[in-house]
Amino acid sequence: MKFGVVVFPGSNCDQDCFYVIKDVLKKPVEYIWHKETDLKDFDCMILPGGFSYGDYLRTGAVARFSPIMKSIIDFADKGKTVIGICNGFQILLEAGLLPGAMLRNKGLHFICKHVYIKVQNTGTRFTSLYKKNKILKIPIAHNEGNYYIDKAGLSGLNKNNQIVFRYCSCDGIVSNEFNPNGALDNIAGIVNEKGNVLGMMPHPERSAEKQLLSDDGFFIFKAIERWLKTK
Amino acid sequence: MLNAEIYVTLKKTVADPQGLTIKHALHSLGHKEAKEVRMGKLVKITLDIKDKKQAEKELEGMCRKLLANPIIEEYSFVIKEE
Repeated sequence: MKFGVVVFPGSNCDQDCFYVIKDVLKKPVEYIWHKETDLKDFDCMILPGGFSYGDYLRTGAVARFSPIMKSIIDFADKGKTVIGICNGFQILLEAGLLPGAMLRNKGLHFICKHVYIKVQNTGTRFTSLYKKNKILKIPIAHNEGNYYIDKAGLSGLNKNNQIVFRYCSCDGIVSNEFNPNGALDNIAGIVNEKGNVLGMMPHPERSAEKQLLSDDGFFIFKAIERWLKTK
Repeated sequence: MLNAEIYVTLKKTVADPQGLTIKHALHSLGHKEAKEVRMGKLVKITLDIKDKKQAEKELEGMCRKLLANPIIEEYSFVIKEE
């Protein structure tokens, strides 16, 4: 079992992801530069947060054409596991591996704080260790997390149970008041139709140990490990 | 050589928080006549192409592939001779 962390120019959460896999999950992990194309040794690819290509043009718009992205698309098409966190999520949207797009936060602020999200779908390989409606305390740090999809797209997401996380209050109320960035329907994370690609704005790698206020995010990585073991 | 100016804006159906904020700022300066404000991007490209038709075709490709995200944005362009 081997994890890969993609490094784009401007990625800055790559080391946190690497650390969590290597020292907390204690599984083999390697960095992989965005110009590489060979993913045959990997079972799960992580697209980390950061500011790939300085967020120029649109977040993720340039990184989406990095050589590695063709291989990531093939990897995902084979049903292998891909997780995009924050900027990684934005890149997956631009690449068309997940539906929708990101707009600037409603309040135009870069938001960096702990929020609460509710696990809406525990049937994925990423969330199988959570109980339904479990509330996670987890940090966000972004300027473009205002998720948008058209009406038909949203009903598709609902119908296929693709909405995995929604922003909520500490006791689980999902409403506008607890929506930090204006994301449609409080969406914080989604999977693709096949369920093997997850994109999420909050940072599970920053909440994977009790010393960091919360280890709620760790169980996403642990769930992936469990899923890979049973394959 | 041809010069192109490409305009990229959010679709009408997509909320534009920047445009809204600019509108509020204009109103607070007394410009109540600013009824709707949409924020966008301008990309200027000098093309090593002589034929205008050919330039249009290339620009369409650039917009669709990279310069605009069709989920949230729309684009238009003008081509000027140098």
